[in-house]
Amino acid sequence: MYVAVKGGERAIENAHAWLAEERRGNTDIAELSIAQIREQLSLAVNRVMAEGSLYDPDLAALAIKQARGDLIEAIFLMRAYRTTLPRFGASEPVDTGIMACDRRISATFKDLPGGQVLGPTFDYTHRLLDFKLAADGEVPKAPSRDAETGNVPHVTEFLNREGLIEEAPHDDTPPPDLTREPLEMPSPRALRLQALTRADEGFTLGLAYSTQRGYGRNHAFVGELRIGSVPVEMDIPELGFAVEIGEVILTECETVNQFTGSKTEPPQFTRGYGLVFGQTERKAISMALVDRALRWEELGEDNVGAPAQDAEFVLYHADNIQATGFLEHIKLPHYVDFQSELELVRKLRREAGAQQVQEAAE
Amino acid sequence: MTPLLSVQGITKRYGAHIGCADVSFDLYPGEVMGIVGESGSGKSTLLNCMAGHLTPDAGQVVFDTRTDGRRDTITMSEPERRMLGRTDWAFVHQHARDGLRMGVSAGGNVGERLMAVGERHYGDIRDKATDWLGRVEIDASRVDDRPTTFSGGMQQRLQIARNLVTGPRLVFMDEPTGGLDVSVQARLLDLLRGLVRDLGLSAIIVTHDLAVVRLLADRLMVMKSGRVVEAGLTDQVLDDPQHAYSQLLVSSVLQV
Amino acid sequence: MTEYNFAYLDEQTKRMIRRAILKGLTIPGYQVPFASREMPMPYGWGTGGVQVSAAVLTPKDTFKVIDQGADDTTNAVSIRTFFQRTAGVATTTATSDATVIQTRHRIPEEPLHEGQILVYQVPIPEPLRFLEPRESETRKMHSLEEYGLMHVKLYEDISRHGHIATSYAYPVKVEGRYVMDPSPIPKFDNPKLGDMAAIQLFGAGREQRIYALPPYTQVVSLDFEDHPFEASKADHPCGMCGATDSYLDELIIDDLGGRMFVCSDTDYCEARQAAGHKGKDAA
Repeated sequence: MYVAVKGGERAIENAHAWLAEERRGNTDIAELSIAQIREQLSLAVNRVMAEGSLYDPDLAALAIKQARGDLIEAIFLMRAYRTTLPRFGASEPVDTGIMACDRRISATFKDLPGGQVLGPTFDYTHRLLDFKLAADGEVPKAPSRDAETGNVPHVTEFLNREGLIEEAPHDDTPPPDLTREPLEMPSPRALRLQALTRADEGFTLGLAYSTQRGYGRNHAFVGELRIGSVPVEMDIPELGFAVEIGEVILTECETVNQFTGSKTEPPQFTRGYGLVFGQTERKAISMALVDRALRWEELGEDNVGAPAQDAEFVLYHADNIQATGFLEHIKLPHYVDFQSELELVRKLRREAGAQQVQEAAE
Repeated sequence: MTPLLSVQGITKRYGAHIGCADVSFDLYPGEVMGIVGESGSGKSTLLNCMAGHLTPDAGQVVFDTRTDGRRDTITMSEPERRMLGRTDWAFVHQHARDGLRMGVSAGGNVGERLMAVGERHYGDIRDKATDWLGRVEIDASRVDDRPTTFSGGMQQRLQIARNLVTGPRLVFMDEPTGGLDVSVQARLLDLLRGLVRDLGLSAIIVTHDLAVVRLLADRLMVMKSGRVVEAGLTDQVLDDPQHAYSQLLVSSVLQV
Repeated sequence: MTEYNFAYLDEQTKRMIRRAILKGLTIPGYQVPFASREMPMPYGWGTGGVQVSAAVLTPKDTFKVIDQGADDTTNAVSIRTFFQRTAGVATTTATSDATVIQTRHRIPEEPLHEGQILVYQVPIPEPLRFLEPRESETRKMHSLEEYGLMHVKLYEDISRHGHIATSYAYPVKVEGRYVMDPSPIPKFDNPKLGDMAAIQLFGAGREQRIYALPPYTQVVSLDFEDHPFEASKADHPCGMCGATDSYLDELIIDDLGGRMFVCSDTDYCEARQAAGHKGKDAA
């Protein structure tokens, strides 16, 4: 006697309860606070803000806590929250030239106006597990000096003065908004950059790495990498001028790439650009390399068939929320499709079998 | 008689470089026109402009369509031009891979054009495909094999069958024997000559191989630096070239 | 969840989706790009259908959700609960009582009537996708009506297997114009697509496409004259209600590989049982 499977609703409720318990873990251990996550797992918070397309460290910390540290799940929570927020308008373009830099390095010039500032980087740490941290996380205070004031000019501006790098002409066309318009091909660079800035870090890194290994190689140097805070201004129609509404920390990477010239352009350097929320330099550098690789057509370069040159391939597969959703949906029941395949395979096998029998008889 | 194709003043530039300049000629039904010249002479640019693969900067390509009479195919809408491309026109690429679907069986390759124009009877499509394989000397037993398992000569013959199955009235051929061994070339040329004669095909053949035009073309145009330097009946041009460049071209072949 | 708007999405977004739906209805079978929003469920789990449902639901509607034909599979439960919470609409499992039905992979057995809306969840809206991976190219193929390649695929199936080896998501041609993916419904359901009294809406969230079939649209499954389309199913009656005309799930009922077949449409099966029909495996 067969009884149909029922009770999906209860199963779901129970699963949720269990999940909540697992998230909390052993209750003898103190619970993590949002502030602890925000302050001590700040690079995870930054990634969640960047790929979640929402600048709010506290919400990102909450998402990480709720997601049990699964960053893609946390990004998903941020995106789902973001979509419910009313849209008041768009900010003025931020000016990274007035960034208060915590870090600013150039791989192309040894010294330059504004100087090189290493900032809080892992770069020259020896990757040795620090067992002191397991016992006691107290750290001595880092030396400090007064912040530099004034603008920090971009390295590419120096090259531009000599005409050695392609012009990046000012353009007042409002950029399309990826979150309001469907992504369609071919897409302008502004839209590609939007897609890349919230693209999955791992995917972007892999693509960027592939260009370095020859799949669409474009000889990138980090012209400049800067991390710091910039003011965000918004035009208030009632006031008739822009008002500062807050600050965001950004990572900006400008690569300087070789270019042999084309029929219309003399040999010069070209640009790749990366701009990402928070301290996220691996992502920003990767973004700049992929941006540059995607520009092959406008620069009159050869399409060598490299994945990083293929805008459709890159943009349609870079979003980890789309990717993880579709990937994981194969866990959902597919009884119906599977049943129809089952019947087809049985039918084909039956016929193949019948044919063999007939051939044997002949 | 109305020309099947009237080419008038076709010009295509690549920046400052001239692809082809001010080319005009008429092609009459049943006629085969050969276009010869060294690489870079503009013959492939011209062919691609005529076949709708490139948009020329100036000029007309007027085709005598079945339904609406003479039409400029350059100003035609894209759907109309594509329709022409799968009915009355055919294009044989130098490399069979460019003109075939390598992941589809030989029968599917030949049948595609039939299905594209609305044939919906599997048995008929398959019969026609098999018939055409025979006409290009491919054994009927290979109908379900993919072209990846074919030799270069067979692939090229399959490409020809795929193109001719819908009875096109005009065939563009881009170096149809290029990239094949000499013995294979001879067999293919022989086959092409038979098909052209039996079907009364009109064709435009671009090649750098004078033997190809000697065998197939009624008339000849010699191109150099994007311009036609000499045109006339094939035998006339080959046996008594007037332009210095044509003389050079003919003599360089004779030397070989 | 009072902090969210009726049916979760804000009114501006719903208007945008409605415009896409209206465009889809006026050009049956044409895939309308729309700016799909991030939803609180994963892409691939019905976000397209959910957005379409959110855009068409009104407070007076009665909502039904099925997944694989069943009202009580986990994802159907999850989506139904979502709209109970965010829209407060009445829900039902009875096909005939519902005004909006969201479905994944099935069309209900009971014929739909005028005034009903059937919303499909669509994973890959592009019927040409697995023949041509490039969106820019497939859109061109649709606009120029270049569908020869689609039949090449069917031709290859027959030459290799003797049959068209597509058993679900079987492509159709709408009003003699657009080739359309009916979503992964079994081909058994294909004949119900055409000439249907209800409005059919298809939402693909991740792929950002909406398409539609207005009532009584002509929908033809692609085939060859000598290999006509066949709507097939397991050759058994339902073990529970004895129906011979419904699509069946196959269940493995013991360790020895014993099997039984039951209606995949749970509402249809239960209604028949309630009316006294009994299959051989019923208690």
